[in-house]
Amino acid sequence: MKIKNNIAVSDSGFVFNPATGESFSANPIGMEIMELLKKGTPTQEISNTILEKYETDAPTIDKDLHDFIQILKQYTLIEEHGKA
Amino acid sequence: MEKPEYTIGVTALNAIDNPGPGIPVIRALREAKSFNVRIIGLSYESLEPGIYMHELVDKTYQIPYPSAGTDLLLERLEYIQDQEKMDVIIPNFDAELFSFIKLQPKLKAMGIHVFLPTPEQFEERLKVNLTEFGEKYDIPVPESEAIFSMDKIADIANDYDWPVLVKGKYYDASVVYNIEQARIAFNKISSKWGLPIIIQKFVHGTEYNITGLGDGKGNTIAAVPMRKQYITDIGKAWGGIAVSDDHLLELTRDFIAKTKWQGGFELELMKNKKGEFILLEINPRIPAWIYLAVGVGQNIPEALVNLALGKRVEPFKKYSVGKMFIRYSWDMMVELSEFEKISTTGEL
Amino acid sequence: MEKQRYERPMIKKLESNMPNKFGMRTEYRPMTHIDNVAVKDLIDEYGSPLFVISEKTIRNNIRSARKAFETRYPKVQFAWSYKTNYLDAVCRTFHQEGSWAEVVSGFEYDKALHNGVDGSKIIFNGPDKTEEDLNKAIKNNSLIHIDHLDELYAISEIAPGLNKKAQVAIRVNMDTGIYPMWDRFGFNYENGQAWDALNKIMRTDAMELVGLHTHIGTFMLSPNAYAVAAGKLADLAIGIKDKYGHEIKYIDMGGGFASKNKLKGTYLPGTDINPSVNDFAEAITGALINSNFKPDNLPLLILETGRALIDDAANLLGTVISNKRLSDGRRSTILDVGVNILFTSFWYDHKITPAQPFTQYAEDTVLYGPLCMNIDVIRENISLPLLNKGDHVVIQHVGAYNMTQWMQFITLRPRIVMIDPENNVHVIRERETLDRLLEFEKVPDHLKTFDL
Ligand SMILES: Cc1ncc(COP(=O)(O)O)c(C=O)c1O
Repeated sequence: MKIKNNIAVSDSGFVFNPATGESFSANPIGMEIMELLKKGTPTQEISNTILEKYETDAPTIDKDLHDFIQILKQYTLIEEHGKA
Repeated sequence: MEKPEYTIGVTALNAIDNPGPGIPVIRALREAKSFNVRIIGLSYESLEPGIYMHELVDKTYQIPYPSAGTDLLLERLEYIQDQEKMDVIIPNFDAELFSFIKLQPKLKAMGIHVFLPTPEQFEERLKVNLTEFGEKYDIPVPESEAIFSMDKIADIANDYDWPVLVKGKYYDASVVYNIEQARIAFNKISSKWGLPIIIQKFVHGTEYNITGLGDGKGNTIAAVPMRKQYITDIGKAWGGIAVSDDHLLELTRDFIAKTKWQGGFELELMKNKKGEFILLEINPRIPAWIYLAVGVGQNIPEALVNLALGKRVEPFKKYSVGKMFIRYSWDMMVELSEFEKISTTGEL
Repeated sequence: MEKQRYERPMIKKLESNMPNKFGMRTEYRPMTHIDNVAVKDLIDEYGSPLFVISEKTIRNNIRSARKAFETRYPKVQFAWSYKTNYLDAVCRTFHQEGSWAEVVSGFEYDKALHNGVDGSKIIFNGPDKTEEDLNKAIKNNSLIHIDHLDELYAISEIAPGLNKKAQVAIRVNMDTGIYPMWDRFGFNYENGQAWDALNKIMRTDAMELVGLHTHIGTFMLSPNAYAVAAGKLADLAIGIKDKYGHEIKYIDMGGGFASKNKLKGTYLPGTDINPSVNDFAEAITGALINSNFKPDNLPLLILETGRALIDDAANLLGTVISNKRLSDGRRSTILDVGVNILFTSFWYDHKITPAQPFTQYAEDTVLYGPLCMNIDVIRENISLPLLNKGDHVVIQHVGAYNMTQWMQFITLRPRIVMIDPENNVHVIRERETLDRLLEFEKVPDHLKTFDL
């Protein structure tokens, strides 16, 4: 699972999908997660990174991360590899 | 003598198929003889074309919707004022006028002048109060009533001939031809603008519009009547022509004298088969076709700015007839980075 | 390294008509304190949800309302409308500020007596006054505002037996140009019912006509409607004077002034457009002064203002139970505040503010209460910052009607605290407990036991 290559995420949180012409706005944690996804970081590792950096707990971040990825999928910003 | 330079905030930069008056107002200000301008655009949405028209608008800031309340608007304007030192703001949307009128003293304390109707004038000319307005100032208006409940829709069939106009408190109007359409319009409009809904007799005839400027003391500073040449599907002027009709001008001067109107306005009138003018609506602001008035010799936005700043302004005495305006649209090229900037920072 | 505050990740599509965060930014400044007491401390100590009433705000409200009327009219008396909020601590704050009591049932009447209000300073309104209620009210010289003819006849039967003249007024309903017209209470002006009732009163020895009353509606946005109403009551009073030479002592204009809340379906916020108490005062006193009353003989003006004096004096604190994504992709947030304790969410868009810092990112959210009931919706759509589970919110302007119309349903009703002018916190109503509720119940012997 990876953010599509051509998706541009700028420092301001502005996300542009050139394939569809849609633009989005993400908050800083959202941007951080997208950057990690872009590098192909596994979700478990993303959870750990966020957990180390922010005041929260594992169930919360797992739930929110899952939801966030669902939304990225819904917005077709993610491509899925090796899907059975 | 060197011309002064004023910084002027202008709203309604939505120069689209249902255009706001902002862009024509800015054109007029840029052509002013008595001053130079720096224009601060005040926008609500990031696709308002004016935001990207850098030859007309020097800098744009997003401001909160009126529904967020005057406290927030004031706070945002304070921030903008810190950067820009505006001398005047010309608000051009109906829905925001209430807030700017209410904030007038506070804006003044910040050094920002406006030239708007008084709260009483603003209230009196509301669509809901049109009947009383007509009675008070002896101006013919169409039969109308404000209704608060769907039940009353059923009475329309008895009280009026079809079609009937169903209007919102601030915005929106539909012409309806039967009860079913009236119900739909009632729901649609009330869900957006609240109650009451105004039911108005449909007046057949030719529509005339007048834009003008009152100095708040009863004097007519400017008045230009126009007849729409062609109307788009959504009822907006496609083209219009300046007309010379003493009756219309007389009626306008009478309106200003009686109400002591302060600020710009637009009167919408219908000339019925008997040749009488019926007042349909009073818009307490400059209309989107204002550039026609400038084109025929009455720069209303310039005069308004001077009045706002407390300057003496000589009334315009004449205008040239035989000029018309035709609206056209234009596809502007915009860098995505500009859209990004206004969307993420609220400034451009 | 200290950890940063967590905010859930968010991404949303940019749409042209979306008010972006710059337009809206400041709407979401956190409300961390109420009268200098931290919201977090309040919840830690007294639980969530929690109603918090500001004594200072109540006193400011009633003082400025009195000032609005007293600077315009010589004789003014406020009477606290018990049903709006009849917590003893609230009522007594108003009584300390000089307000009489306005009640609409035997229960409220007894509560006013219990609070120490002298019977002659209790106004008794409403369609349901039992014989026992009337007995008490007549004995105590209370001001009985007659709602219908059956009540009028009941009083004329009871009073002689008590060797007392009942002190009465009638409630008048009328067309003041507003919709809907409240014509179910009292006697109609236009069709002559009111005049007829007044004549009946004047012709019996059982009663003394001391005043005229109206209450034209609630959450009124038109000061002018009050001017019309005051004018009509003045006409009735002058009519009685001309016919019988009898002067009434007071005109009671009821309550109904809009508070600063935002009604559902209105576009601009209530803080901007709703008329102020000054506007209403101007309309009412202007109409009375311009009526045919002699300038040196104006009647006492009574006001039964409820919501406009108490709405903004109370906040309801709540806590986020969970965030959830609905099937259509919308966000929803579940709070521990349900419609059973926030009745007014059916007609107001209450301002809801987080109680802790947050960023400018916001999402459209449906706000649900905790009840396992589909109707438990606090707000169909609100743009809120990204709240975490356990975060607190402050629901504003909840002082009127919620703490009387609330119901014990599914959950137990929470505590109510009052912050005094020195910022000390007092519990003024305890949270309900199972034991307390069970005290009302009785189980027949044969149902006491069972085997499962
Ligand atoms: C008789 C009477 N007086 C006063 C009030 C208080 O009204 P409000 O809270 O709208 O001011 C009410 C409430 O409906 C009432 O019925």
